[in-house]
Amino acid sequence: MSEPIIELNNLKKYFAINNGVLAKNSYVKAVDDVTLTVNKGEIMGLVGESGSGKTTLARVILNLTKPTDSHVTFDGVNLSKATRKEMKKFRTEVAVVFQDPASNLNPRDTVMGSITRPLILHGMSKKEADKKALEALEQVKMDSRYLNSYPHQLSGGQLQRIAIARALVLDPKVMILDEPTSALDISVQAQILNLLLDLQENLGLTYLVITHDLNVIRYISDRIAVMYLGKLVELGTTEEVIDNPKHPYTMGLMAASPILNPHERNREKHLMQGDPGSLINLPTGCHFHPRCPYATERCKKEVPKDIIFPDGHQVNCFLYDEKNKTTSEYTG
Amino acid sequence: MNEELLKLNKLCVDYKVKGGYLSAVKNVSFSINKGEIFAIVGESGCGKSTIAHSILHLLPEHNEVIKGNIYFKGSDINQFTEKQLEGIRGRDIGMIFQNPLDSLNPVYTTGFQVAEGIMLDNVSKIDAWNRVVQLFKDVKMPDAEKRAESYPHELSGGMRQRVMIAMMLARMPELLIADEPTTALDVTIEAQILNIIKELRDKHNTAVMLITHNFGLVAEVADMVAVMYAGEVVEQGTVYDIFDNPKHPYTTLLMKALPRKTKKEGRLQTIGGSVPRLTENKPGCRFENRCPYAMDVCKNQDPAEYNVTDSHTYSCHLGKEVK
Repeated sequence: MSEPIIELNNLKKYFAINNGVLAKNSYVKAVDDVTLTVNKGEIMGLVGESGSGKTTLARVILNLTKPTDSHVTFDGVNLSKATRKEMKKFRTEVAVVFQDPASNLNPRDTVMGSITRPLILHGMSKKEADKKALEALEQVKMDSRYLNSYPHQLSGGQLQRIAIARALVLDPKVMILDEPTSALDISVQAQILNLLLDLQENLGLTYLVITHDLNVIRYISDRIAVMYLGKLVELGTTEEVIDNPKHPYTMGLMAASPILNPHERNREKHLMQGDPGSLINLPTGCHFHPRCPYATERCKKEVPKDIIFPDGHQVNCFLYDEKNKTTSEYTG
Repeated sequence: MNEELLKLNKLCVDYKVKGGYLSAVKNVSFSINKGEIFAIVGESGCGKSTIAHSILHLLPEHNEVIKGNIYFKGSDINQFTEKQLEGIRGRDIGMIFQNPLDSLNPVYTTGFQVAEGIMLDNVSKIDAWNRVVQLFKDVKMPDAEKRAESYPHELSGGMRQRVMIAMMLARMPELLIADEPTTALDVTIEAQILNIIKELRDKHNTAVMLITHNFGLVAEVADMVAVMYAGEVVEQGTVYDIFDNPKHPYTTLLMKALPRKTKKEGRLQTIGGSVPRLTENKPGCRFENRCPYAMDVCKNQDPAEYNVTDSHTYSCHLGKEVK
């Protein structure tokens, strides 16, 4: 079996909202009871609407914020109990690329400065760091003449390449990509997606890709995890989740997502009604029940448990509960 | 059905910039019929929004030169005075924009802002308010009465865009210009907003000019498509012409760059190079520096327009051979 690199067990991240001196604090449950394993060398796609907790989950994995309950296990090391030395190693092994490269690169620092900074911080000499930066620039297929450019002189696609180069210099094992192409045009998006796939294959990297674009996620990932209001509602291989979605939310998401083929426009669509909802006033029971066409009384009262099918496809919904399960339908 | 509503004839928009002009839109011609959803699609900076804004003269004043004709129901509105244009804006041609929060006034209730437009037609306050609530129900706003009394910051992105659509609906224009109407929204909300726009077309035969960079939207709702590159329309036709039988090299490459498959089926097509500077107003095809089929003639001669069918045209020197 494949070897896990990131393990989350019932991970929770709550943010307290202060309602005043006398009132009781309430919580925003941004990540609620998420259990997820990312294996070495795979591309895991994480989808969900805005406010579903995708980015918070990434921040917890990056150790930029501490989980409220449980912990992140990275390559066998529990990050909540890691020693200073282990943490330093962790920081070289996990890299991140954010959505908007223009706001993540220092506008007053050259490309060279931005790329070498992590190397120098980790104790490399200036000369070695410069050499490494050139290599990284080559890896992202950019000309070395851009080394002394400033971010404002570069296009969006070039900036994203620089951000990827900066993430690569420390030879990470895992890259977390938060909406890596949503600020880019289609022709540039294709370039960056291809580049990411080439790098992943050549360097044996593991990616956690966060996006709301189902077309992108279908193209790039091996497995897909779907989040809704802090909960992981579905997890499975790309083919399974795209062609055979099980959770009503995933089905709704698939129906709403535009298909790049005009001949498909008259397909039957069951559009989800209502807004994505807010993490502050969470519904009781299953978080999705107010928008779910199959909601029953039980969904309003009880929280569904994860149901795992023999092929590993996991879904958090009462529809597939043992009690409702008809043997012929789900023996998969 | 095939009644022409808007016709652009050789529209050129130049922006004044330091040391010359930037040709943002060059020789754009197309026409939109009643009840048609006409998509203008292209990458950022290709001039799609400039076209939308120049139709109603919404561009920053004294900064641009608009040449060519914009015929709306037969009269050239490019020649209209500001006063005449005021009569058209909202009443005949409505517009919705990308970020509804920028278009709404934060200090008035959403209901008041919609009612304001209705009261321009000498409708009493009470009637206008009832109309607003009805409109909010038409755009499927949850709790219409309550939301009419809300301020923009109290609403979600999808609700704000519904307010903008209600505002536009209030005067029932014949043409709706929607400039990236769903870019800031989640996919599930995007699908709901698109449904409202489609319903509007089906019920009232409103023509829609949909400006977007998202080919998914185009595939879902558009009847006709114009593909823009660097200020020019390089190809136009029905949505099926463009997706099934693209002719211009730019469109052909773009279609292969769309993530329509999984990585197991191979890599996506990419387009090398970048968009040229538009300050130099020299002749020649603007896609020449990135085109895999570029020839000498492409460098110094504007390509002519070729017809594939009556509805499908494209501008490329390769056209001669194809024909």
